[in-house]
Amino acid sequence: MNTSVNGAPQWQLQPEANRTLVTLSGNWIAQEGRIPEFPDSALKEIRQGEPVEFSTDQLGRWDTSLISFLWKLKRSALEAHVDLRMDTLPESAHKLLDLLPENPPQPQPPAPHHFAPVAAVGQLTLDTLNEIGCVSEMGTAAARGGFAALVGRGMMRTVDLMTDLSAAGPAALLIVGVVNFLVGAILAFVGSVELHKFAADIYVASLVAIAMVREMSAVMTAIIMAGRTGGAYAARISTMQGNEEIDALQVFGIPVSSYLILPSVLALAFTMPLLYLYGCLIGMFGGFCVSYIMLHVSPLGYFHETLQALPLDQFTFGFIKSFVFGTFIGLTSCRIGLKAGRSAADVGIAATKAVVVGIVGVIALDAVFAVIANVIGI
Amino acid sequence: MNNQMPSTNDRPTLISVSDLTLAFGSRVIQHDVSFEVKRGSIFAVMGGSGCGKSTLLKSMIGLLRPRQGTYMVGKDNYWSGDDQSRIQIGRRFGVLFQSGALWSSMTVGENVALPMQMFTSLTPPVIRQLVELKLGLVGMLHAIDQYPSELSGGMRKRAGLARAISLDPDILFFDEPSAGLDPITSARLDDLILNLRDGLGATIIIVSHELSSLFHIADDGIFLDAGQKTAVAHGSPTWLRDHCTDPLVHAFMHREQLDTSSPHENG
Ligand SMILES: Nc1ncnc2c1ncn2[C@@H]1O[C@H](COP(=O)(O)OP(=O)(O)OP(=O)(O)O)[C@@H](O)[C@H]1O
Ligand SMILES: [Mg+2]
Repeated sequence: MNTSVNGAPQWQLQPEANRTLVTLSGNWIAQEGRIPEFPDSALKEIRQGEPVEFSTDQLGRWDTSLISFLWKLKRSALEAHVDLRMDTLPESAHKLLDLLPENPPQPQPPAPHHFAPVAAVGQLTLDTLNEIGCVSEMGTAAARGGFAALVGRGMMRTVDLMTDLSAAGPAALLIVGVVNFLVGAILAFVGSVELHKFAADIYVASLVAIAMVREMSAVMTAIIMAGRTGGAYAARISTMQGNEEIDALQVFGIPVSSYLILPSVLALAFTMPLLYLYGCLIGMFGGFCVSYIMLHVSPLGYFHETLQALPLDQFTFGFIKSFVFGTFIGLTSCRIGLKAGRSAADVGIAATKAVVVGIVGVIALDAVFAVIANVIGI
Repeated sequence: MNNQMPSTNDRPTLISVSDLTLAFGSRVIQHDVSFEVKRGSIFAVMGGSGCGKSTLLKSMIGLLRPRQGTYMVGKDNYWSGDDQSRIQIGRRFGVLFQSGALWSSMTVGENVALPMQMFTSLTPPVIRQLVELKLGLVGMLHAIDQYPSELSGGMRKRAGLARAISLDPDILFFDEPSAGLDPITSARLDDLILNLRDGLGATIIIVSHELSSLFHIADDGIFLDAGQKTAVAHGSPTWLRDHCTDPLVHAFMHREQLDTSSPHENG
């Protein structure tokens, strides 16, 4: 190595009497600037049977950028059947080059992309049906695990159920409360504008009560839980997938459905109706606050009107709805987590997907419930 | 070419694998792999990085259905039965994963205890005592109440080993048990593995690069090649070192650099 050399990396191909000389000069440092590339055609001119030698007297400092250049040269030489005298290179460069394979794997051409809308729709339908089947199967397995747990032969740990219950229940009280309070207040605002015209201010109470109990509380709570708990479940399970923790469960023969999924689903299915009830009360309280401050409705009047407007079966209906929403969110997000890949990016994708599927699914289910309610006349 | 150790062992065969082909999707990792593991032996799965050792192990513990071939454990054909029969056979397995695969929501002690809680009727104090024993064997008793995320890589391995032996299985699968361990702990682990075999009569299948330990403990083995995608040699590591003429195996066993003109490249 010649440390007195300065200047840019350069190379030159010189035909001589019975050999070809490649002169390397300058500092070949990747960080210091552009490194020349060895053109594919450069060795075409060389006469058969004549060796190519290197002259490195003018070579300054060098790093892997020189090796990369020489690697390319070496491969070209191999292709052109030129005899490369590697021993004329500095010893250390020679050794590094020996570590490199002569023919690096060709990158696979990307699979041609076919535009086949019918096939794509068909595939999507099949996948969706398959998914529905898988989720139902998982639900049945979890339910069976639940019964086994009831008779004391379950694979579920009480600790896990308790952890999940407290994460899904008490820890969510604040956000569920705030959202439902605001929804109740907004409903009261919107209602008061119209009802005030008819001097029917007091009916704000029934409007808020019916809207909260019938729709808003259940749906809002479910959406919050889909974002909060559903996403967390999917992320947790797909992380376990990446750590081979699920594999370890399988190897021990511990059923994933009852050990891992059952507590998560149970936690949501139990807490959701309770959160729903809590959301209803807070929502009505929000409506009351607005009515009291803006419309000066008396507390007793509001309370009385609320009771008038609410038959008990509305609550029952909302209760059933939230139970179904909770089960749905629990099952789908666990399934999405289990199906996820094993990389860090897959965890993010699984969490996002669980939230999206949860929210869309809850709203779709709510529409189904609306139709059912209409049919049975609640 | 000399790449098959003559059989010297008259113990009965416990595991027999024939013509196993392993693939991820359309990508074949290994094909036509056949070997037998004698009861009470320590069987080494060797080969360069990425050749499919962990994949072979995965299919032997029931996580990856092979594309083709049969896998017999005792008299049972493992992959032809239903889930229930596989779980039944799997009760005899203990597995140490390459990454440890401890359950991250539980302490080390709970990890070792969980299989016992699930599958035995032992009382909690007895379980606790057994957990302490297993962790003591691998030198991890001090970490019994720590979570996996608080452990070093080598400690996770050792805790994973303690969990693998929690149900006293008679067939143990270890994926690189000594990778990431210091020489002293590694030597202790070798002794532990020999003791598990001699004391409990366990049959042990071990994936390892650690030649010194393989020479010391393994009495049979197989060598997988990533280039030919199949097993290129059968025999104990010592026998392969001294007698095998396959250039790749020879280079591996003698820690030599392979002649670059050789066709075996782990591309
Ligand atoms: N889940 C997977 N999907 C697709 N290919 C995989 C998967 N897991 C492993 N492979 C591929 O299978 C091959 C064998 O992997 P495997 O983990 O069995 O190697 P190994 O022999 O255990 O290597 P090491 O000694 O480095 O652990 C590799 O080429 C790897 O890319
Ligand atoms: Mg491996």
